[in-house]
Amino acid sequence: MQTYDLEANGLRGLNAALQAQSTETNQTSWEVVNPKGSHAIAVGLDAPIEVTVKGSTGYYCAGMNQQAMVRVEGSAGPGVAENMMSGQVIVDGDASQYAGATGHGGLLVIKGNASSRCGISMKGIDIVVHGNIGHMSAFMAQAGNLVVCGDAGDALGDSLYEARLFVRGSVKSLGADCIEKDMRPEHLEILKDLLERAGSDAKPEEFKRYGSARQLYNFDIGNSAAY
Amino acid sequence: MKDMDDQIPRTLPIQSATFTNPINAEIRRAAATGIYDIRGGGAKRKVPHFDDLLFLGASVSRYPLEGYRERCDTSVTLGTRFAKKPIELDIPVTIAGMSFGALSGPAKEALGRGASAAGTSTTTGDGGMTPEERGHSSKLVYQYLPSRYGMNPNDLRKADAIEIVVGQGAKPGGGGMLLGQKISDRVADMRTLPKGIDQRSACRHPDWTGPDDLEIKILELREITGWQVPIYVKVGATRPYYDTALAVKAGADVVVMDGMQGGTAATQDVFIEHVGIPTLACIRPAVQALQDLGVHREVQLVISGGIRSGADVAKALALGADAVAIGTAALVALGDNDPKWESEYQKLGTTTGAYDDWHEGQDPAGITTQDPDLAARLDPVEAGRRLRNYLKVMTLEAQTIARACGHNHLHNLEPEDLCALTMEAAAMARVPLAGTSWYPGKEGF
Ligand SMILES: Cc1cc2nc3c(=O)[nH]c(=O)nc-3n(C[C@H](O)[C@H](O)[C@H](O)COP(=O)(O)O)c2cc1C
Repeated sequence: MQTYDLEANGLRGLNAALQAQSTETNQTSWEVVNPKGSHAIAVGLDAPIEVTVKGSTGYYCAGMNQQAMVRVEGSAGPGVAENMMSGQVIVDGDASQYAGATGHGGLLVIKGNASSRCGISMKGIDIVVHGNIGHMSAFMAQAGNLVVCGDAGDALGDSLYEARLFVRGSVKSLGADCIEKDMRPEHLEILKDLLERAGSDAKPEEFKRYGSARQLYNFDIGNSAAY
Repeated sequence: MKDMDDQIPRTLPIQSATFTNPINAEIRRAAATGIYDIRGGGAKRKVPHFDDLLFLGASVSRYPLEGYRERCDTSVTLGTRFAKKPIELDIPVTIAGMSFGALSGPAKEALGRGASAAGTSTTTGDGGMTPEERGHSSKLVYQYLPSRYGMNPNDLRKADAIEIVVGQGAKPGGGGMLLGQKISDRVADMRTLPKGIDQRSACRHPDWTGPDDLEIKILELREITGWQVPIYVKVGATRPYYDTALAVKAGADVVVMDGMQGGTAATQDVFIEHVGIPTLACIRPAVQALQDLGVHREVQLVISGGIRSGADVAKALALGADAVAIGTAALVALGDNDPKWESEYQKLGTTTGAYDDWHEGQDPAGITTQDPDLAARLDPVEAGRRLRNYLKVMTLEAQTIARACGHNHLHNLEPEDLCALTMEAAAMARVPLAGTSWYPGKEGF
C-alpha cells in the first residue's frame, strides 16, 4: 500500500505518480490522505490500480479514468468521473452536479445521492446511484445505463438519445422526448448485473425503464414546441 | 384623354431598401416551410472589416526594409505561459477547428498536409480526432467542445495543444448542428449516436459554467496531460475585453477570438447575421485586456473571422494579435466554391461563391460532405499543396507590408502603422481616420 499525503506533497506529484503506473505495476494499491476537497484528484489514470481517497474531493475526481478503481471515502464535488472510459469509481457519500458527465465506459457508483445533471451527455458509462438524483439528469444522454435506486428530479432524460434510464422511486417529471418504456427480460438482466456490481440489494423488478421516444431525432416543424 | 395620360411622367417602380427581394424571398420561404434557414459560412452582410484599414508605409521618419534582401521573420510561439511544450510555428496563420463530420476525411487530411508543409498547425473540431488528421498534421490542436463527441484521454495526450471551445464567432451562445444526411457510419460511431439522425451539439459545457469553474477545468486538463501542452480558450467575439480577461484569469495560455464573419458548418442564418460583433471590433479590446493584466505577448491572442489575405494577417497583427486562424479561406484554397463546379451549383439552386448549404452534404467540391463519391473528388495531396501555396502567399504578402513599414518581424507591426478609411473602422480599430490624428472616442465623445 502506497500512501500519499496530498496536503503535504501536492496534486502534481500525486497525479504524476498515479499516471506513471503501467498495466503491469505491482504498486496496485494507493491511499490518498488529506484530500480536503482538492480538485482533479486521480485524473487521467490508465492502469489497473486501486486508489482510495480518504475524505471528500472537489471537482473532477477520477476524470477521464481508464482501468483504475477509484474510491472516495467521502463525498465528491462536481463532475466526478467525468468522461470516464473504463474502470470503476465509487463514491461512498453524495456526488455534486454532473456526476459521470460524458462518460464513455466503466462503472460509477454513488452510494448517497447525486445532484443535478447526473449522467449528462453520457456516452456509454454505467452509473448506479443508491439514493436520489437531481433535475436535468441524463440530459442529451447518448448511451449507457443510469440506474437510480431512489427518486429522480425534474426533466429526467431531456433530449435523450439512446441511453437507458432505470428509476426505482418517483420521477418528478420527464424531459422532452423521454418516455416510460416496457421493461423487457434483457433490461432486467442488465439491471441485475449493475445492481449486483454496485452492491445494491434493490430488486430489478422494482424499477421502471425510461428511454427516448425518438421523436426529436430529425427536425420536424410539428415538434416546434419541444425545441 | 388616353393620349394625354401617356404623356404624364410615371413614377418608376422603386424597390424597398427594407423589404428587398432577398428579404421577401426569405419571408415566402419561411411562410411555406415553417422552419428557419440553416446554412454554413459566416456573416455575409457588409460589416466594418480589415478592408477599412490602410497601412501608412515608410516615410521620412520611418525607413523601410529592402524587399527580398532584409529579413522579416514570421515565426510565432503559442503557449509560453504554462505549457512545457509551447507550439512553435513558422508562420502566424493557423488552420481553425473544423469538424470531421462537417468536412470529409480527405478534406481534413488536405488541411493537415497543407498546414504542415507551411509550418503551421491545424485543429480538430466537433466530432473528435481522426487518425488521418493526426497523421498528416505535424502540429494538431485538439478541440474540447461542449458535445465532447469522441473525447478521450488517449487522443488528448496525442494533441500538441488543447482548445477549449466556449463559442464561435458565427454563433456565440449557440451549439452545433450536423444534419442526419451527413451522419455516416463512421461519423455516427465517433460520436456514439445512431446513424442518420440530426446531431445537436450542446451550446454549453456539460460540467462547468462560468470562469471559476473554467479555471478548475483547465487545471484538470493540465493534470491529465502533465502540464505539457498549451491550453487555448476560444470564444466568439461578443464581450472581448471581459472574455479575454476571464480566460486569462482562468489560466489560458492562448485566447482565440472569433469574429462574426467567422464561418460555421451549419447554423441558423439569423444567428450568423445577428449575434456577435465584427472581427475588427474585437481585437483592440482583447489586446487591452491582455495589456491591463500585464500579459500581452505572454498569453497569445489568435484572431479569426474573415481573414483572407496577407493584408488581413498584417492588420490583425498590427492591432496586437499574435496569430490568426482561417477556416473559410482554407476551404476555398482546397477548392470550395470553385467555378469549375458551376453547373452543379446551379442544379443545387445556387451559384459559385454563394454555395453555403454545407450542412446538406452534397458539396460538388467534395469538401463539406460525407458522401464517398463526392469526397473522392478531392485529392488530398493536390488540395494540400494548394493550401500550402496559399499560406505561403499570405505570409509573403504580410512580409511585404511589414518591410514597407520598416519591421523585421511581423510582430513588430503596430497600430501606429495603420489608419482607417471610415469613422466606424477608426472607432473599432482605434486608429486615426486617414489624414487625421483622431479617432472617435480618443478624446472622449
Ligand atoms: C466547415 C466549418 C466547420 C467548422 N467547425 C468548427 C468546429 O467544429 N469547432 C469550432 O470551434 N469552430 C468550427 N468552425 C469555425 C472555425 O473554427 C473558425 O472559427 C472560423 O471558420 C473562422 O472564420 P473564417 O471561416 O472566416 O476563417 C467551423 C467553420 C467551418 C467553415
